[in-house]
Amino acid sequence: MTTTAPARRTGAARNRPAWDEPPTRIGQTAKGVLVGLVLLAVLFPLWVVVVTSVSPASAITEAGGLVIVPDGFSLGAYAELLSGGVVTRSVLVSTGVTIIGTLFSTVVTLLAAYGLSRPGSFAHRPLLFLVLLTFLFGPGLIPTYLLVNSLGLLDTYAALVLPGAVAAFNLVVLRSFFMNLPQEVIDSARIDGASEFGVLTRIVLPLSKGVTAVIALFYGVGYWNAFFNAFLYLNSNEKWPLQMVLRTYVLQGQSIPGASAVDSTLDHTGGPVASLAIKMAVIVLALVPVLVVYPFVQKHFTKGVIVGAIKG
Amino acid sequence: MPGADLLDRPTVGTRTPAAAGRRAGWRRRLRRDWVLLVMVAPAIGLLTVFHYVPLLGNVVAFQDYSPFVGMAYSPWVGFSNFVRIMEDPEFWSATVNTLVITAFQLVFYFPIPIGLALLVHSLLSPRLRMFVQSVVYLPHFFSWVLVITLFQQMLGGAGVLNQVLRANGAATFDIMTDPDLFIALVTAQGVWKDAGWGAIVFLAALATVDTSLYEAAAVDGAGRWRRMWHVTLPALIPVIVLLLILRLGEALTVGFEQFLLQRDAVGQEAAEVLDTYVYFTGVVNADFSYAAAAGLIKGVIGLLLVLAANKVAHMVGEQGVYSR
Repeated sequence: MTTTAPARRTGAARNRPAWDEPPTRIGQTAKGVLVGLVLLAVLFPLWVVVVTSVSPASAITEAGGLVIVPDGFSLGAYAELLSGGVVTRSVLVSTGVTIIGTLFSTVVTLLAAYGLSRPGSFAHRPLLFLVLLTFLFGPGLIPTYLLVNSLGLLDTYAALVLPGAVAAFNLVVLRSFFMNLPQEVIDSARIDGASEFGVLTRIVLPLSKGVTAVIALFYGVGYWNAFFNAFLYLNSNEKWPLQMVLRTYVLQGQSIPGASAVDSTLDHTGGPVASLAIKMAVIVLALVPVLVVYPFVQKHFTKGVIVGAIKG
Repeated sequence: MPGADLLDRPTVGTRTPAAAGRRAGWRRRLRRDWVLLVMVAPAIGLLTVFHYVPLLGNVVAFQDYSPFVGMAYSPWVGFSNFVRIMEDPEFWSATVNTLVITAFQLVFYFPIPIGLALLVHSLLSPRLRMFVQSVVYLPHFFSWVLVITLFQQMLGGAGVLNQVLRANGAATFDIMTDPDLFIALVTAQGVWKDAGWGAIVFLAALATVDTSLYEAAAVDGAGRWRRMWHVTLPALIPVIVLLLILRLGEALTVGFEQFLLQRDAVGQEAAEVLDTYVYFTGVVNADFSYAAAAGLIKGVIGLLLVLAANKVAHMVGEQGVYSR
């Protein structure tokens, strides 16, 4: 690399292949601006929301709304939101549904993926066909709603988990990963007398940590972000997950019936905590788990797990 | 997009005892494999109850279903629900909206992930490239509620845009509630949320291009743009064709939550698509049979489109979502 590179090549230019002509100044500038705009388009809204959520009321009044340049710091909005009341409740509901749902979905998917990973096992083909067929035709909104209704699941947390508990896509991804593991290891464990369950937990799972983590995280993000099942199946707002609160209180700007803590903050706009800061804090609460989990999923994009899954 | 080809795909190490035992009697195989069946049971049970049972529940489309008497005792009415739908101008308006939005997004959404992939691919510094990728993939993991709320805070009546306009004495306008701009708004939201994610497939295709092709082209005197045209683009064409066909197969689906959440703000005329039409006629107006019929029409046509799309994909030599 050093032999062919002219002396002035520094920074990124060192990665430029020898046959590639150096970029024109205009082209380079245009590309820089474009990349900057793309990054700004994603990060600017997040920045504004986070900054406003930690701004004191005075800064919000001065800015005439959302705060772009930080001016003072206050966690009053978060203190107010998390001191009990509807938002605190919904955060707990969302957290509970996400944790339980993710565990449930991941375990069920893992078991089924392993159970279907051996060609020639009993009823392997019809069962796999049953799973794959779900890709082609969704059951439809109305019949699903009627079913959930007739099972007595309306207004229960189970309605937030059970209808979408198994994603056939995840099952198939996991299964094909299992099938590509070295079969000799699995066979020898079986010959040594390990049970199927033992093979799964002691051989297959340790070899599949990455893909299992990705699938669990996908389920987790799905449960955390889920809005429609709650919207459709829950009647009582004390069971609402955070996304429902975000929609009603922030997006639609309505107060939540029976939500005294939030109602009062809506009213005293001149108080120490601006209602706008509280709204932005609700957005941040919805955002944070995704941001926390994201680096762990992101790590695996490059490893081809997900690209392979998307390409099929 | 895995598919039924997995059924027949030979796996690594097919000659396992299990595979060799395919010809063994079913009694022996059952005795050997019952643990596997127990493992599969929860997933199959859930899919049966929450996928196949409601699939059969679509029979309410042929009934005058009443929740009080239940499916078993509701009277059968043949195709009269379907006839009513065909005569309903609101159904047709929802269909037209859906198709117009699909067409609009094919032009203004579809090319953006390709452009983004080319842009990211052209970044030479691996660290900058990783950073840009991390940032543009991120919104894919946000919920629609969150994405729309962020758009509202940026472009809505009390958003940053209007705040700046107001501070400068300019006239304000609320993009979030303007029915005429709605199609552009939902497309912009789709781009913001998923264009980065959509670029992954193209980046994967770009990574497979043999760099010696670029080198040879450069030696032959092809400049940057000609290399892009003659080397990069041909490498992307199969992926582009495949995704285009698949998108056409889903022409009747434009995203449900996104429209449901904004229907109040911009009005039914602009925001009613087939999925929201089914929801509002069925769940809100409690006309279950009618809405189930509308959903069934959408589902069947959607299925035919997917099958047709795959047929076309096979004809142009691509794999499609499943193989023959």
